[in-house]
Amino acid sequence: MSNIETGIGKMTPATTRRKRLSQNQVAWIGLIVLLVLLPTSATPFHLDIASQIFIAGIGALALMVLTGIAGQISLGHSGLMAAGAFTTGILYKEAGAGIWITLPASVVAGAVIGLIFGLPSLRLRGIYLAMSTLALHFLVIYLGGEYEFASGASTGIFLDPPVVFGFEIYDGYAWYYVLLALVAGTYWGCRNLLNSKTGRAWEALHANETAAEALGVQVANYKLLAFVITSGIASFSGALFAYYQNFVSVEAFTLFLSIQYIAMIIIGGMGSLPGALLGAVFVTLVPYFVEWLMEAVPYIGLDITTVSSASYAAFGLLMILFLVFEPSGLTGIWKRLVGQFASPSKREDTP
Amino acid sequence: MQILANIVVLTSLYALVACGYVLVYKVSRVLNLAHGELMILGAYLLVATSAGIASDPLVAIALTAMFSIVVGLSVYLLLMRKMTGQPVLAAVLTTVALGILLRGAMVLIWGPQQLNVGAMISFDNASIALTDSVRVSTAALWLVVCTFLVYLGLLAFLHMSRWGMRMRASGQNALLAAQRGINLHTVYALAWTLSTFSGSLAGVLVTLDSRIDVNMAVIGLKAFPAALVGGLDSLPGALIGAGVIAALEVLLIHYVNPLLSDVVPFLVLIAILIVRPWGLYGTKEELNRV
Repeated sequence: MSNIETGIGKMTPATTRRKRLSQNQVAWIGLIVLLVLLPTSATPFHLDIASQIFIAGIGALALMVLTGIAGQISLGHSGLMAAGAFTTGILYKEAGAGIWITLPASVVAGAVIGLIFGLPSLRLRGIYLAMSTLALHFLVIYLGGEYEFASGASTGIFLDPPVVFGFEIYDGYAWYYVLLALVAGTYWGCRNLLNSKTGRAWEALHANETAAEALGVQVANYKLLAFVITSGIASFSGALFAYYQNFVSVEAFTLFLSIQYIAMIIIGGMGSLPGALLGAVFVTLVPYFVEWLMEAVPYIGLDITTVSSASYAAFGLLMILFLVFEPSGLTGIWKRLVGQFASPSKREDTP
Repeated sequence: MQILANIVVLTSLYALVACGYVLVYKVSRVLNLAHGELMILGAYLLVATSAGIASDPLVAIALTAMFSIVVGLSVYLLLMRKMTGQPVLAAVLTTVALGILLRGAMVLIWGPQQLNVGAMISFDNASIALTDSVRVSTAALWLVVCTFLVYLGLLAFLHMSRWGMRMRASGQNALLAAQRGINLHTVYALAWTLSTFSGSLAGVLVTLDSRIDVNMAVIGLKAFPAALVGGLDSLPGALIGAGVIAALEVLLIHYVNPLLSDVVPFLVLIAILIVRPWGLYGTKEELNRV
């Protein structure tokens, strides 16, 4: 939660900074212990939701770096995930490849497609860039559909559980810990990337491309780099999704999925990595919450279309509410709350 | 010859939908990605009026037109007005969110199954023989006529009337227009209303020709490349763009592969974005503004 840390650090006097930082560290350790111990009291249903959140979190981190940090809009996120899932599926089906081949191959495929996605960004900005990524999304989905059609697997590709060091990742507990480690690793990697020269270059070109160029940032290279890296990660999460579901089909990668990821970074809070994870939690839980709500209200016919369309509507409504009333998202709300609670203690600390 | 007729009909559909994108973009620089959903909402409004209020086709259609104007006006007043002056991206994402909301709400209200609107207002969609070998349906013929009239009306309105001039001025330079006493909110509201009205008209006519279900909103997405090929701020451009997209789609489906139908508009979109991002007739300097 580097952004929140620095946010508090700015607000509090220097004398209290060390104390507060250690509080934050305590909070971090507490969170990690909680996440590690959580499965002991969780049902398979809870584990499934948690695993979905982790996969979504990896994808959301990628989109946050691309859109929130580097300022490049993408409506093609689900196309990139499809690319990863299909690379894995095709390699497994055609060559029987194991996870050590499929996952790196998916990342590479994603990175290459990311390069293609990124090329229009050298010339296009804003809406036009969003449109080109949208068009590429449809292209990837079309190619996936063509493969399904041509290979006779018109319903999709089935995958067996992945085997790592002779250990089959099959049950919910194994998936939980593997995905937890992967999302933590992705978070750590993204954070380090943002604190590096690359991250600062992205923030510069986000703020003002011309100024960044004048300061010696090679805008074109860094833009493409942003697309390549984040597309690799997105594709990676798509491959994980395929393994987790044991199944690959174009049906899963709709435009709505892209919009869900955009919803995650908006609801989480643009430009904040913890925000991406918060958004992933929030957006993944919305359909379950809607279902729970509809069960609680009597006299509503509960079939799958009603629930899914209700969560569609809920998504739209939530996105509108956040865009209009809380553009800085959940992290913005969190910062305000922390600010309110921090101010009395600040008064105590100052001599 | 039948292929030519098909191209003309599809061109009319794409052009009628595309002019909604162009109107809103030309005037307020906002890309309305909920246009497809608003279009289908127009058709569902016809379902609602014909089932609940009036069974006479003409009355039902007139009421639907009125409702669609109300919808367009309220979309601006309740939602997009708040996004005026916000970053363009936030406004575009708001329209995306609106589209999702409408889509969910429409399934909740009217159900996921296909409805036959034509039967509801007892519209006879007979196929008409233009020549010995060329046949088009009545609704398709209406579509071509309506598109022609809408474009004629819009061009006359934009170039000959006082409000049309105000709309063009706001599109060229909002700040300057506001300083010369043009009420931007009224102009934007007018653009959204006209856009929703023409979109609803397209929705009604296309669903009269087949049936209605929510997934037909994808037509809105497919018509978007038409608007962009012509240039997002040019009405005649949208007409030509629609012609290009429709011709390519019909020909490729007929001669190459039917599966291409969903992807052709987007292939054209990528090509035009690479070669000439501002479109055939769009204003070039725009790119730096978005």
